[in-house]
Amino acid sequence: MSESLEGSASVGELVLSLRGISKNFGAVSALTDIDFDVHAGEVVALVGDNGAGKSTLVKILAGVHQPSSGTINFGGKPVTLPDPRAALTLGIATVFQDLALCENLDVVANIFLGNELSPLRLDEVAMEMRAWTLLNELSARIPSVREAVASLSGGQRQTVAIARSLLLEPKLILLDEPTAALGVAQTAEVLNLIDRVRSRGLGVVMISHNMEDVRAVADRIVVLRLGRNNGVFEPDASNQDLVSAITGASNNAVSRRAERLRMERDHSGSAQAGEQRP
Amino acid sequence: MTAEKSTSAPLALDRADARVKHEAGIGGAVRAFLDRVRSGDLGSLPVIVGLVVIWTVFTSLNPVFVSSSNLVNLLFDCSTVGVIALGIVCVLMVGEIDLSVGSISGFASAVVGTLWVNQGWPVALSILAALAFGALIGSLYALLFNRLGMPSFVSTLAGLLAVLGMQLYILGSTGSINLPYGSALVDFGQLMVMPKWISYTLAGIPGLAMLVSGLRTFARRRAANLSAPSVTGLIVRVAIIIIGLELIVAYLNQSRGIPWMFGLFVGLVVAMNYALTRTKWGRSMTAVGGNREAARRAGIKVRAIYLSAFALCSLFAALGGVLAAARLASASQQAGTGDVNLNAIAAAVIGGTSLFGGRGSAYSALLGIIVIQSIASGLTLLDLSSSLRYMITGAVLAIAVIVDSLARRSRASHGRA
Repeated sequence: MSESLEGSASVGELVLSLRGISKNFGAVSALTDIDFDVHAGEVVALVGDNGAGKSTLVKILAGVHQPSSGTINFGGKPVTLPDPRAALTLGIATVFQDLALCENLDVVANIFLGNELSPLRLDEVAMEMRAWTLLNELSARIPSVREAVASLSGGQRQTVAIARSLLLEPKLILLDEPTAALGVAQTAEVLNLIDRVRSRGLGVVMISHNMEDVRAVADRIVVLRLGRNNGVFEPDASNQDLVSAITGASNNAVSRRAERLRMERDHSGSAQAGEQRP
Repeated sequence: MTAEKSTSAPLALDRADARVKHEAGIGGAVRAFLDRVRSGDLGSLPVIVGLVVIWTVFTSLNPVFVSSSNLVNLLFDCSTVGVIALGIVCVLMVGEIDLSVGSISGFASAVVGTLWVNQGWPVALSILAALAFGALIGSLYALLFNRLGMPSFVSTLAGLLAVLGMQLYILGSTGSINLPYGSALVDFGQLMVMPKWISYTLAGIPGLAMLVSGLRTFARRRAANLSAPSVTGLIVRVAIIIIGLELIVAYLNQSRGIPWMFGLFVGLVVAMNYALTRTKWGRSMTAVGGNREAARRAGIKVRAIYLSAFALCSLFAALGGVLAAARLASASQQAGTGDVNLNAIAAAVIGGTSLFGGRGSAYSALLGIIVIQSIASGLTLLDLSSSLRYMITGAVLAIAVIVDSLARRSRASHGRA
């Protein structure tokens, strides 16, 4: 099981590779010397505390910000991303945290927003068909694509946002906090969705604060701390290791609790040993 | 039973979800309509109900109201402010407002009067100049809005005064310019009606167009394995529309007939409706009105959309001003002042275009202006002063906005946009 997972991850070619990316906002260094790789068919989780630079990194990849220095290689070639359009045409799709859907438009219109077929005489039939194909590929459960997005639940909207990102056949999808606003069932649904996107051979970068979610789908966990790389972990890394990498402190609630548990275990163990001693 | 169906024939792509009930047949269509209305998706319903009430009241007070000659006059009067209201629909779609349309229309009529009558320009060229001025003013609002972030409410309020000043300036001390009777422009605004055969033909076209496009959509959806609306329903609707329009035309033809100016207005409404619903530009307008940031991130050039909305609005306002000048055979200091501004905005809102952006239709200008002109015409027939007319029009506008707000709230609570 785990072997096949690792197999699929290693088979994928390198989609995106960042080397020495830095980003300064005035005197503040939001990102310093970041290296970051994503392969095809791989889910990379990007975790870190508030202000660690996760969103800045995603915005650089989405073409919203430009890096102060460093190189971006996409599909083996060095590229620049001067604006969101450029990122989209290269094949980098972003699902923003607030989803950026128009509630007054229906699902089809939202999926095709900005990329409508035949601009002077909208081809509604072809667009609806493509929308259903995309949604079915994601095993999405949308009642009707002709309902306004306002009538959909949070999870369904997330599905629509992901379907929209798939429309332009991207090679890499960036998901900013895809589960932050969702309930238990909807979160599971979105994680399933991410699994399916990966199985289509796309690279996925997912930002999340929720370690459970990260462990559930990620193939690698990249930790940022204060704008620097602070370790790459396997999804089975211990919570303590992750938390200390994220916060940079080995002395915190999680580590103290783990320490306490270990002490208790040791203590009871030695006590038992003591009792056994005649 | 449904299970049986699904095994016998593959379900249409959009009918695969068992949780959604789909109404079928004519009874189903009626039920779906009632459902929509209950949840606050009113569409044109309030304005049609309002129109029926207004017409019933005025007819019972003075039977002349529904005489075909009065209705033909009504159509002449509708066309001028109606065109302005069509522009208002454009800016309301993107969630902005233009309060200066009255001044722009007055200014446009003054430009036509000055250039054509006083300077001796050809009439077509002076009309083009007036329209160009209109588009320019709208572009200026868009510039202020896009580059300086000036709210359209304020910039167009400033424009209301400034453009009125320009109108008074170019009219100069004379204060009013009479357009020559017998000229094509004035005839167009006062006399020209369609020959009967043209009016009957034109009244048949919408229904036939609906039938053709409906049948084509039906075939394409079936071919694409999507559910298609029933052909019977389509034929019933087409029959109602064709018979209804032909009856109206026949009634109006008992008097002078359909004014060409009204034909121009309806033509513009149909063209705008197509542009707003069936083109990428219209989709972008709706998206910007609904969620500007989402539209921007989807790669829509939001600034260009605002520019097109403001420029179109002022362009239509200028055209409305030219038509008003033709209707009155004069360009005066009073043109475009008084209630023109608010009538145009009220017409769009009464017709069902939301003040909150992202919802509306070109037809709301047509329906709304008929309501407003009906009130004006009815009160004139009752020989009531304009004081009462203002009060009643104000009350109708207030009711329309209340309906809009309540429907919006209801939509929110029923999970519709």
